[in-house]
Amino acid sequence: MELILIPLFFAAVQFFVKGRTASWLALASTLVSLGWTICMISGYAMDGSTVNLVDVEWLKFAGIRFTLAYDGIALMMVLLTNLALPIILLASWDRNYGKSPLYLGLALLMQAALVGVFLAQDGILFYVFWELALIPIYFISAIWGGENKNRITLKFFIYTFFGSIFMLVGLLLWKSYGSSTNGFAWMSLVQSQIPSDIAFWAFLGFALAFAIKLPLFPFHTWQPDTYTVAPAGGTMLLSGIMLKMGLFGFIKWALPLVPHVGENMMHFLSVLAVIGIVYGSIIAIKQNDMKRLVAFSSMAHVGLIAAGIFTQSLEGLQGAIIQMLNHGITAIGLFFVIDVIERRMETRELTLLSGIAKVSPVFAVMTLILVMGSVAVPLTNGFVGEFILLKSVFDSNATLGVIAGLTIIFCAVYLLRMVQFSLFGPSNAQNEKFTPLTWAEGIGLGTLCFFVLWIGINPDPFFGLTERSVSNLLSLFNAIKVMP
Amino acid sequence: MEKNLILIPLLPLIGFLINGIFGKKLPKNVVGALGTLVVFGSFILSLLAFLEVRESGQALSHTAFTWMQIAGLKFDIAFLADQLSTQMMLIITGIGSLIHLYSIGYMHKDEGFYKFFAYLNLFIFSMLLLVMGSNYLLLFFGWEGVGLCSYLLIGFWYQNLEYGKAARKAFVMNRIGDLGLMLGLFMLLQHAGSLEYKEVMASLSTLSTEKAACIGLLLFVGATGKSAQIPLYTWLPDAMAGPTPVSALIHAATMVTAGIYLIVRSSALYSMVPEVLEIIGYVGLATALFAGLIAIRQNDIKKVLAYSTVSQLGFMFVALGVGAYSTAMFHLTTHAFFKALMFLGSGSVIHAMGGEQDIRKMGGLAKKLKITHLTFLVGTLAIIGFPLTSGFFSKDEILAKVYEHSPIMWGLLLLASAITAFYMLRMFFLTFHGSFRGTHDQEHHLHESPISMTLPLMVLAVLSLAGGFLNVPEFISEGSEHLHTWLNSVVTYVSGRHHLDHSTEWMLMGVASALALIILVSTYVVYVSKKSTAAEDDQLTGIQKWMNNKFYIDELYQSVVQKPIEAISNLGYNIIDRGIIDGSVNFIGKSVEVAGNALRRIQNGNVEYYLLYMVLGIFFLLVFKFVL
Amino acid sequence: MTEVTAEHYIILATTLFVIGVAGVLIRRNAIVVLMCVELMLNAVNLLMVAFSSHHKDSAGQIFVFFIMVVAAAEVAVGLAILVMVYRNTRSTDVSLLDQLKN
Repeated sequence: MELILIPLFFAAVQFFVKGRTASWLALASTLVSLGWTICMISGYAMDGSTVNLVDVEWLKFAGIRFTLAYDGIALMMVLLTNLALPIILLASWDRNYGKSPLYLGLALLMQAALVGVFLAQDGILFYVFWELALIPIYFISAIWGGENKNRITLKFFIYTFFGSIFMLVGLLLWKSYGSSTNGFAWMSLVQSQIPSDIAFWAFLGFALAFAIKLPLFPFHTWQPDTYTVAPAGGTMLLSGIMLKMGLFGFIKWALPLVPHVGENMMHFLSVLAVIGIVYGSIIAIKQNDMKRLVAFSSMAHVGLIAAGIFTQSLEGLQGAIIQMLNHGITAIGLFFVIDVIERRMETRELTLLSGIAKVSPVFAVMTLILVMGSVAVPLTNGFVGEFILLKSVFDSNATLGVIAGLTIIFCAVYLLRMVQFSLFGPSNAQNEKFTPLTWAEGIGLGTLCFFVLWIGINPDPFFGLTERSVSNLLSLFNAIKVMP
Repeated sequence: MEKNLILIPLLPLIGFLINGIFGKKLPKNVVGALGTLVVFGSFILSLLAFLEVRESGQALSHTAFTWMQIAGLKFDIAFLADQLSTQMMLIITGIGSLIHLYSIGYMHKDEGFYKFFAYLNLFIFSMLLLVMGSNYLLLFFGWEGVGLCSYLLIGFWYQNLEYGKAARKAFVMNRIGDLGLMLGLFMLLQHAGSLEYKEVMASLSTLSTEKAACIGLLLFVGATGKSAQIPLYTWLPDAMAGPTPVSALIHAATMVTAGIYLIVRSSALYSMVPEVLEIIGYVGLATALFAGLIAIRQNDIKKVLAYSTVSQLGFMFVALGVGAYSTAMFHLTTHAFFKALMFLGSGSVIHAMGGEQDIRKMGGLAKKLKITHLTFLVGTLAIIGFPLTSGFFSKDEILAKVYEHSPIMWGLLLLASAITAFYMLRMFFLTFHGSFRGTHDQEHHLHESPISMTLPLMVLAVLSLAGGFLNVPEFISEGSEHLHTWLNSVVTYVSGRHHLDHSTEWMLMGVASALALIILVSTYVVYVSKKSTAAEDDQLTGIQKWMNNKFYIDELYQSVVQKPIEAISNLGYNIIDRGIIDGSVNFIGKSVEVAGNALRRIQNGNVEYYLLYMVLGIFFLLVFKFVL
Repeated sequence: MTEVTAEHYIILATTLFVIGVAGVLIRRNAIVVLMCVELMLNAVNLLMVAFSSHHKDSAGQIFVFFIMVVAAAEVAVGLAILVMVYRNTRSTDVSLLDQLKN
């Protein structure tokens, strides 16, 4: 509960402060949240149990309760959120909007909503937090965005909102036609029986909402535009945390419907995910705008995570969950890097950049570490997830596994191209503009690099956090009885 | 020693960290000494491990920690030093420390001195992981790690765009192989439930032949990437963009032999499926011939050596293909000696020539670079198989094994070795003999390299000369196949292969030696007595031109793979993504807008119309209710 | 002479109401529109009174009084608005009042 209240309280405080005080307060708030999360993790028994935080009546007439609880999976997602937020604030520290109380308040509001999404145990509550998370990011992009911000952010808002409405419909179908005994409570919905044709439409509603959020091919077209136009902080929120809502939603809210719907659906979605991997990778190869390049690369990476989830195996889910954390770290890292470059060189075009490594070797090394994490070189975080994910996809369908495996080749192609044209090559006169990293940038990037290596070298504790929860979840799903 | 096994890779890692983080502030001497000493330390420890394995005949193993556990699968960071590993470890750390020492002299003027040593140490660390892991996972760690180091080192002078391109090419082509290897590992995991060598090998008895063939081919795809075989060989010649010690260490002596190591390590698997071995043999043979042909018309001293490396690796794969694993390892070892020697020698030449790499502009260097000349001569003799040098024994053994298998293959391989002898001697004579063809400044500047550079040359020259006695064939002296016996316990051969009688072996050896001598004499006549020089590029015609242009394979790949993908990327973005997919999304938005505009007319603000609609509405409701 | 039945009242009231509706829809003069609204109201009143006597129930007649009071109030407000409209537009044409459009 505190995890939601702390950011909300500090978001409210932002109304009364100005300038640097506001930034410091916001940073302090996120650090407190992070500390709190770490305490929760260290206090968690790692046995896959669900710990209730709060459970009160909310809207009695509709059977809606305000229920928050966490297990290993939720903890991992909360960890990602609360780890990312301080870094996002550090990334915007030297930007003008980073000093704006409005921006900081919105970011904190977003944090509260995201944590709510991951902890909610009631369908409607989940939906409410889901939509709540959309509002701050809309304003962040619409106020501080770049060229064409109005058109693009409006499209983003409408597109994702369009999807969520179907999720609400799906929820209502699930509850009204299923035999749920306890309203919209997750556990009760999961254990309820539902006619398979209704389940099909309900699943479709959920899948559409999540697929747009991810985004899954071919629902992705809002993504590159929005990532490109949003301010760096917004892009990080979007790519680092927000799209994980969709993946998390698939795991927790869509998979329980699969037994009712049948496996064909999953196969179809896996194919979409794998198409997305190859499609995103190939398009990323020739992008000139670094942000757009990373946006498409993100689409490819997320496609792989989704494909892992769709295998519905322990490995696939475990790999997906750790890769969500990893993708959060590397995506935020890469957008951070791009922002650092853009702030100094006033461009993100690869054709206009060259030889930055010459003027700032430290920056180049950190970029390289993040890139290697994304390219999935062993002993970086990306490898851990991709190895397990590819294995799970390969085990469930060898052909899809091989096609998905192409990502490790393509990823090297486009990210090394990015490195080549920005960091390497002859250093030009414009590079004088490349001032040394500020302390905020140094700490932010340094922390990310640290995590890239830590998870890569010793991933076992991270798997341990979720292993039992995932296997509990899977056995719960396997026990679902389908209506004859 | 068992407990200290982890120290062997750890020392270079420590060197990497210290040099990488503090190297910029440390004096160059300290950086160089540190970089060299950690590798030398590893060498000493490897030697101790080697002696212990030799003493006990037992492999050493040590599990450091559990990397991850998932869904019943357990992946350990565990080290193993058996006969095969220790052999590789000695090569890596031994030649590695010599090359580190050499680099102190070679790189002394470079501003990236500390970075260079850090990368080299990181490379040694990765390479040791590759050969010391007791499971395929650690091998894969090392496998990708050396690929990364190779990328960093090829692109070491990162300000040069061409070098960067070569580095990326190397990384990406390696990655194609890595994907094959990774898929092979997945299949092994499916079958054995573990990647530990011990458990994988134990489970092979229940593996179906089709699956074994599939795994074998996938692993071989990995090997073609790393060991530069057809079709993934084109990165290696380009990789010569890196500093010369890198070429010697990574692209001749160690990293490129990882593919051989992988297959020898999996010999139990490959011996189950001789058909796959057959494929490996033919790929190796094709590579050996093809790369040799290209090398004939190259004029860049490092490019010639690079193609010769590709070709020699082909020899090793041919040996693997006929199931002669220990022979491949033998040639790997001797090749590491003489090829590292020649690369370092070429480095010394380039150093003396002030960066010039074109052999058409050299000549007569023997007078000024005495040590380089002599050691280079030893290397050249070894590679052409001059009797009693190391290459003589290892190459002859390959030829003999191939002859057992198929005389036609033997003939082709003999041709390949004749080609080798020709281009190596051509390069040697053009570089060191005849008259100097460079500029006056260069001639004035010519000097022998410092001792830190010539000492490794001399050590390697001794090894190249004497290395053959590691494994003298049985028909010459009983019980002298040391290497073969040494590897016996870790290698599984294809069962039921017969052996040649001694007279045939003598005959084969005689033919090969005679051929080497004939070519030695004839090239001497052509390039030294008659003073012929290499033709300029534009004078070449027909097949020579094709050879000079590497048979246009790079261009072929570019137009068949790279260009289409880039075109698809552009097309996909502009037409499919922006056009069709985003277009249809926008179309939905637009159609709502159009419909809104149409319906807006009704809402004209005039109350009378609203009333009219209301009345009509009531009217229709009534009609519906009562009439219909 | 036939007796006046409820049906006669209904026909008369309906006729009056339709005239009122038609007037509101067709006429543009705000005063005529208001008068037509009154006509519709009074058609309803007439019907109420008729049914009230038909059912012998006085509730209908009481409603009619209420409606008359409300109608008077409505006319007062309506005319006041009309005066304002006239001052602003120098016309009593309702078709000019389409400001809701934007």
